[in-house]
Amino acid sequence: MTDAVLSPAPLSPARLALVGNPNSGKTALFNALTGSRQKVANYAGVTVERKEGHLTSAVGRRVTVLDLPGTYSLRARSPDEEVTRDAVLGRLAGEHEPDVLIAVADATNLRLVLRLILELKQVGRPFVLALNMYDIAQRQGLRIDVEGLSKELGAPVIATVATRKRGIDDLIAAAEALYEKHAENPNVWREPSAAEIRAAHGEAQRIMRTYVKPAMRPDTLTGKVDGVLLHPVAGLLILLTLLFVMFQAVFTWATPAMDLIEAGFAALSGLVIQVMPDNLLRSLITDGLIAGVGGVVVFLPQILILFFFIILLEDSGYMARAAFLMDRLMGAAGLHGRAFLPLLSSFACAIPGIMATRVIDQKRDRLTTILVAPLMTCSARIPVYALIIAALIPNTRVWGWMSLQGLVMFGLYAAGILSTLIVALVIQRLFWRTASEPFMMEMPAYKTPDIGLVARQLWQRASIFMNRAGRIILPLMVLVWILSTFPYPPEGATGPAIDYSFAGMIGHAIEPIFSPIGFNWQMCIALIPGMAAREVAVAALGTVYSVGDVEGAGGQVLQGILATKWSLATGLSFLAWYIFAPQCVATLGVVKRETNSWTWPAVMFFYMLALAYLASFATYSGAVALGWG
Amino acid sequence: MSKIFSESAGASGLDLRGEALGAARAGRPGVIVRVDGTLADAGVLGAEELERRLLELGFVEGARVEIIHQGLFGADPIAVKLDDMRVALRRREARAIEVKFD
Ligand SMILES: Nc1nc2c(ncn2[C@@H]2O[C@H](COP(=O)(O)OP(=O)(O)O)[C@@H](O)[C@H]2O)c(=O)[nH]1
Repeated sequence: MTDAVLSPAPLSPARLALVGNPNSGKTALFNALTGSRQKVANYAGVTVERKEGHLTSAVGRRVTVLDLPGTYSLRARSPDEEVTRDAVLGRLAGEHEPDVLIAVADATNLRLVLRLILELKQVGRPFVLALNMYDIAQRQGLRIDVEGLSKELGAPVIATVATRKRGIDDLIAAAEALYEKHAENPNVWREPSAAEIRAAHGEAQRIMRTYVKPAMRPDTLTGKVDGVLLHPVAGLLILLTLLFVMFQAVFTWATPAMDLIEAGFAALSGLVIQVMPDNLLRSLITDGLIAGVGGVVVFLPQILILFFFIILLEDSGYMARAAFLMDRLMGAAGLHGRAFLPLLSSFACAIPGIMATRVIDQKRDRLTTILVAPLMTCSARIPVYALIIAALIPNTRVWGWMSLQGLVMFGLYAAGILSTLIVALVIQRLFWRTASEPFMMEMPAYKTPDIGLVARQLWQRASIFMNRAGRIILPLMVLVWILSTFPYPPEGATGPAIDYSFAGMIGHAIEPIFSPIGFNWQMCIALIPGMAAREVAVAALGTVYSVGDVEGAGGQVLQGILATKWSLATGLSFLAWYIFAPQCVATLGVVKRETNSWTWPAVMFFYMLALAYLASFATYSGAVALGWG
Repeated sequence: MSKIFSESAGASGLDLRGEALGAARAGRPGVIVRVDGTLADAGVLGAEELERRLLELGFVEGARVEIIHQGLFGADPIAVKLDDMRVALRRREARAIEVKFD
């Protein structure tokens, strides 16, 4: 090895790929190997997350590490697992073949991974086995004959503790040694039949019995904790409490940070207004860029807090339990327990909800969840609901104690949840025409999450979100700005400027379509800038009614105007519209990103639009019939 | 395929009649004697695929199982202790697994 250091010729770079069961510590190992030198993107043409990192070995070789999705078998059952299979077989479009595989195993749970390794052996590609979580194995008094196992498998076996970065250098060195040997065998892998899987299990069992002495102090904690957390009643109560705390945190902890961000963007905008003359560029910067980006970045604190909890739940092993507890409820909507959390996250904002659908491994279930996530009442709808309710719903009590306004708000939330579940069911049953895929999942042993690992994953989520905000949301925001700004009002115009813009023209043009649902042209215009984000509709209504600052005293004025200009039927219709309407380009952009195609955002846009129109039409007609027109 | 396995095992004198794990009560440990996708409503997957998935998750003849937890409504889904690991699944699919309880 020393002469390699001395030799001036650069060493040829090597490609490694990590393969293993879910929960074997693959993410942790990937981080231990590559540190901060990693990049998250999507594989070409599929929605599967691609994680690649770099490292330089002790002898100075550049090494690329690809973290493949966790799997129990090379026989792929989901798009994620297809990526793993194709990458291992070296036939993944747009990817180089890996030179050496690193099979990651949880040393305390070897039975299933040994069978996977027998499949890997058939591929013929050289591999190293990383016996990860070796610290836990030692603590449990599990004895593994590493040398014997290595001889048996015909591959180096290295004990690692990914979270403590132990064994990492040995692992890299072993992989490098294999790389230099070029010891490829012919690929004889093919999809195993049930009988072959049974046979392989028998073989794995034999290897286990020969080289692994069972734990002297097996993990009893997981069983005890599950006794409480999976209790049919107590378990559900604990889950609900946890969710309550989580949402409290999302909404209350995030508020100071959100206020700060808003103030920051406002100050920035103020600064630009001070230093720049009143021209088009200034308007683009303040009303388009700063307002647009600010409107999305303001959700970052909520997203971070939400993901902090999600990552903690995932890494501790609780997420599988939450999915278990919620499976029945989600099953009613044709979904799995795993869809629960993404949908719940969508109460804050559909964007993190959609990003969190990555925990669902079935492609169709995942798509369904993505499609219905924006129906959950996100926090951006609250200002719209609050304005209309305050303006048009009388502040009276029902049965002496319930506030009618509060009741309407509750009804709007309930309508959101109900329609989410119903639409999901319809998509699952009619659209895909399939019964749902079986729900089967390993529930890993509980672990204390590693702070560094949590922080790194959080950072990754944040940068993905910001990246998307930059690349997709920003151009869309600018488009909305262009529509609301151009062309300018003619000389001596009396109405608000937006009335003369493209948004105004579109608003007037679509008014005939919207009059059957009780919308006037002012509302139609407000819908256009309202595409930037739902809450922007409030400001837009303020603009078309020439109210000015709706955040301050203007809010009261706008409320007064709406109370006189809108009938109750119109107001209710507008509320019904906002339950369903796809009034958020950011969400559509993220759906494009997550599904890698414009098909799904288009499907989402049109189905939500149709639902919104129907709901508003029914609401308006009903309300008019009741004499509220 | 599982039939071949069962027959050969049957020839060795083991009693292979078991009860469906999908219909079992919680708290009774036993040994898997048969995994056969045709025993359950395999839905979209088909019997062979369901069988392979169960096998890959470790539901294989000879493994020890016990239902340790079940859902609040209809006692579904179930959490199963399977040798040293824990697996969650629905009763519908668990019908493909036959267990001889101790
Ligand atoms: N004690 C210990 N914990 C580990 C080790 N490797 C991973 N973990 C923890 O195991 C949990 C799951 O790890 P993760 O990397 O997310 O698993 P993945 O699903 O395979 O990506 C996390 O809480 C990690 O902190 C290890 O070697 N020792």
